[in-house]
Amino acid sequence: MTAATDHHVLLKLEDVSKVYSGTVAVKRANFEVRKGAVNVLVGENGAGKSTLMKIIAGVEQPTLGRILLEGEEVSFSSSGDAVNRGIGMVFQELNLFGNLSVAENIFATREITNRFRKIDSREQERRAAEFLERLQAGIRPDMLVEDLRIGQQQLVEIAKAVSLDARILIMDEPTSALSAAEVEILFKVIADLKARGVAIVYISHRLEELIRIGDYITVLRDGRITGQERMKNVDTQWIVRQMIGSDAKDFAKPDGHVPGEEIFRAEDICLPRVTGGLAVDHVSLSLRAGEILGIYGLMGAGRSELFDCIMGRHGHATGVIFIAGKKVRERDTTRRIRRGLALIPEDRQREGLVSILSVASNLTLASLSRFVRLFHISGAKEIQAVTQMVRELAIKVAGPAQEVSSLSGGNQQKVVIGKALLTGPKVLLMDEPSRGIDVGAKADVFRTMRKLSRDGLGILFATSDLDEVMALSDRIAVMSNGKLTGMFDRAEATEASLVAASALGHGPVPHMESHAHD
Amino acid sequence: MTDIPAKASVASTSNGSVLLTLMKARTFIALIAVLIFFSIAAPNFLSAANLILMSKHVALNAFLAMGMTFVIITGGIDLSVGSIVGLCGMVAGYLVLNGIDLQVGYTIYFNVFEIALITLAVGILIGAVNGLLITRLNVAPFIATLGVLYVARGLALLSSDGRTFPNLVGKPDLGTTGFGFLGAGRLLGLPVSIWILVVVAVGAAYLAKYTPLGRHIFAVGGNERAARISGVRVNMVKMFVYMFSGFCAAVVGLIISSELMASHPATGESFELNAIAAAVLGGTSMSGGRGTIGGTIVGAFVIGILSDGLVMMGVSSFWQMVIKGLVIIVAVVVDQAQRRLQSRVTLMQMAKAG
Ligand SMILES: Nc1ncnc2c1ncn2[C@@H]1O[C@H](COP(=O)(O)OP(=O)(O)OP(=O)(O)O)[C@@H](O)[C@H]1O
Ligand SMILES: [Mg+2]
Repeated sequence: MTAATDHHVLLKLEDVSKVYSGTVAVKRANFEVRKGAVNVLVGENGAGKSTLMKIIAGVEQPTLGRILLEGEEVSFSSSGDAVNRGIGMVFQELNLFGNLSVAENIFATREITNRFRKIDSREQERRAAEFLERLQAGIRPDMLVEDLRIGQQQLVEIAKAVSLDARILIMDEPTSALSAAEVEILFKVIADLKARGVAIVYISHRLEELIRIGDYITVLRDGRITGQERMKNVDTQWIVRQMIGSDAKDFAKPDGHVPGEEIFRAEDICLPRVTGGLAVDHVSLSLRAGEILGIYGLMGAGRSELFDCIMGRHGHATGVIFIAGKKVRERDTTRRIRRGLALIPEDRQREGLVSILSVASNLTLASLSRFVRLFHISGAKEIQAVTQMVRELAIKVAGPAQEVSSLSGGNQQKVVIGKALLTGPKVLLMDEPSRGIDVGAKADVFRTMRKLSRDGLGILFATSDLDEVMALSDRIAVMSNGKLTGMFDRAEATEASLVAASALGHGPVPHMESHAHD
Repeated sequence: MTDIPAKASVASTSNGSVLLTLMKARTFIALIAVLIFFSIAAPNFLSAANLILMSKHVALNAFLAMGMTFVIITGGIDLSVGSIVGLCGMVAGYLVLNGIDLQVGYTIYFNVFEIALITLAVGILIGAVNGLLITRLNVAPFIATLGVLYVARGLALLSSDGRTFPNLVGKPDLGTTGFGFLGAGRLLGLPVSIWILVVVAVGAAYLAKYTPLGRHIFAVGGNERAARISGVRVNMVKMFVYMFSGFCAAVVGLIISSELMASHPATGESFELNAIAAAVLGGTSMSGGRGTIGGTIVGAFVIGILSDGLVMMGVSSFWQMVIKGLVIIVAVVVDQAQRRLQSRVTLMQMAKAG
């Protein structure tokens, strides 16, 4: 490593500010992007990271300030402008066309055509396959994007950005839906790009990742830059201090309360896959009041599908569930929510939020009946509950009437969590609840989970983060290929045993393998 | 140096916010503008008799537009309302004249109140058919209601072989008199149809704003999938909006045949387009999730007064169409401009604040 040589500054932001209605997202920021290096940007939810990057990528225009590309002042009026100057970006929220194939998405707006201006899909698919191969994604270029899991979609986003052959590649939380193995592959790709002199800007809330791959780090707080360092001079503590102005709140410790009676049981849940086989394969599990049951597994292990079955989202799923010993006969989501089940879905854009409604309407959407007398929604009661939830989860909003789509990614996630909590559930299903939220907020969410479990809730909590599942769970279930492949008490669980169980019955996925090699 | 742009922005900010307020109230301003224009340009326009006549015309479109608003907010469209108006008018006319022949030598005659209820039920039922096609059979709303448009119109024509049911005064000995009350009756000096409009409009506005069902209508239009996972009964919400739209159309069918004291099977042709126009003029977004009953009513008034005023001025009906079309387009353009301006104004205010 020749870390001693200073990297040449490729792009520079000078005194850039960005004002939105209701918020100043970025205040007089100076930011440098260095060639052949990974430039890390961190900050709390709503600190302005995505905004700053959208300015570089031409999606947003700065209210004030200058952008210098190799010393020359530039202004981008659209992302097309930025792409032409060699700037590509992986956005935090997926920007894909669900109705188009993976290859068509990768080459959207840059379609490869033959002499007669006809799109050459064969060539597009061949080239797309190359990029996907580098990410070892196991995604066929002719698949429809809407049929992919969210993690796979994220890989498509990354492939799309990599295929731009950009000089500056911005990645806004590219790993939020990826599994550990996929992250490793991405890091290899990043190292490769770096060696070729690409300047990479990397945003993530997973601090270990940053320490591992970063060369330079910039910290944003409330729209201001509060620290800029070489990565080798800093540690996690420093980052957290710059980010939130104090030391990290520790992960909530187990408080030693004893779980009570069984509150939830699932028996023999099966869900057939459209392509044949079972997405959820005879899964049975039981959960006690006050217990947090972590469900660990790789992407596609069937955790989200299991949750969907429990919530009654699939009419053709089989199996029975019991709440507090009573069989749940209701088969639709509405009545299951009334029976005390609540789900925090993994994909907040598609399933969690009604983006054109306000924060308040989103928060109370699942629990309106609580604020209703006869058929009248009591505005005062509703606002009171909303304000309380906003305070409890520290959601950063200008006001309850703000449109939810204008919140930062992490704060949107908090709204989804708040919506489920407001239903006053007995059993809470959390699918990757910490996706995209900052360290402080993560600690808050985990503390909330502990508090809820102390109050007697049963929590089923799916994650592909080993540390999280080890730190939080009273028991850990492992799923692989739709099957339950392990059940551990916290005391006996080790990382190795979890990983081993999560790979059981996995092997190479047959149909994807065969395609990758032809 | 820093002083000058600051001052400039203060000035343009206040200009901006004035403009913004104007644009927000644009449909209202348009309403006042057409009122002022016609009161000058058309003699007798402001006479009480004319105003009442006009509001009776407007009321018809306003009913349909309210039903349409809810449908559009859920992300759908209801093209069948015009045909439902026609069919319901025929149902009412048929019942007044012929009653229901039980085929065993008896014929049941209903009183006017019962006839109204039956007619409304028919409208709601057709709405339910729309809803079932859309929710159970997954037919796209445009296609489902287009199909029902033809079927309902065809049934209306079949019911009388294309003829008009004339002279719906009824017979005192059968108890079928009094059908004219809806169309010609007055309460406290105002036509009955206006009172019904007020009641339905207040009810619909209340529903949209203060009830879970109203909230759910918006949620379904905003993100159907998220709504479903949040426990919203999406299918029930959709059934409701199409049934409500059918109900509104039935009300209009009743009022029209009562006003004319006759039912004609072609009544209501292209009414659906006027209803959509009023909803859009009132700020309802065709992509769903956005809209208000109040806005729609004002929109209906703008369109209604415009066409009546132009008639009074003697403008040819061909020009009337051109003008109506332009007004709709301008309204939507202004709507877009307002959104852009809104973000610019707040931006400038924030910049000023620091
Ligand atoms: N279109 C918008 N309209 C109004 N406010 C906005 C808009 N986009 C972002 N904001 C506000 O700007 C601030 C910064 O948002 P940004 O998305 O840059 O945060 P972030 O640092 O990326 O956070 P996260 O880690 O949660 O993704 C937030 O307070 C957000 O509410
Ligand atoms: Mg962000």
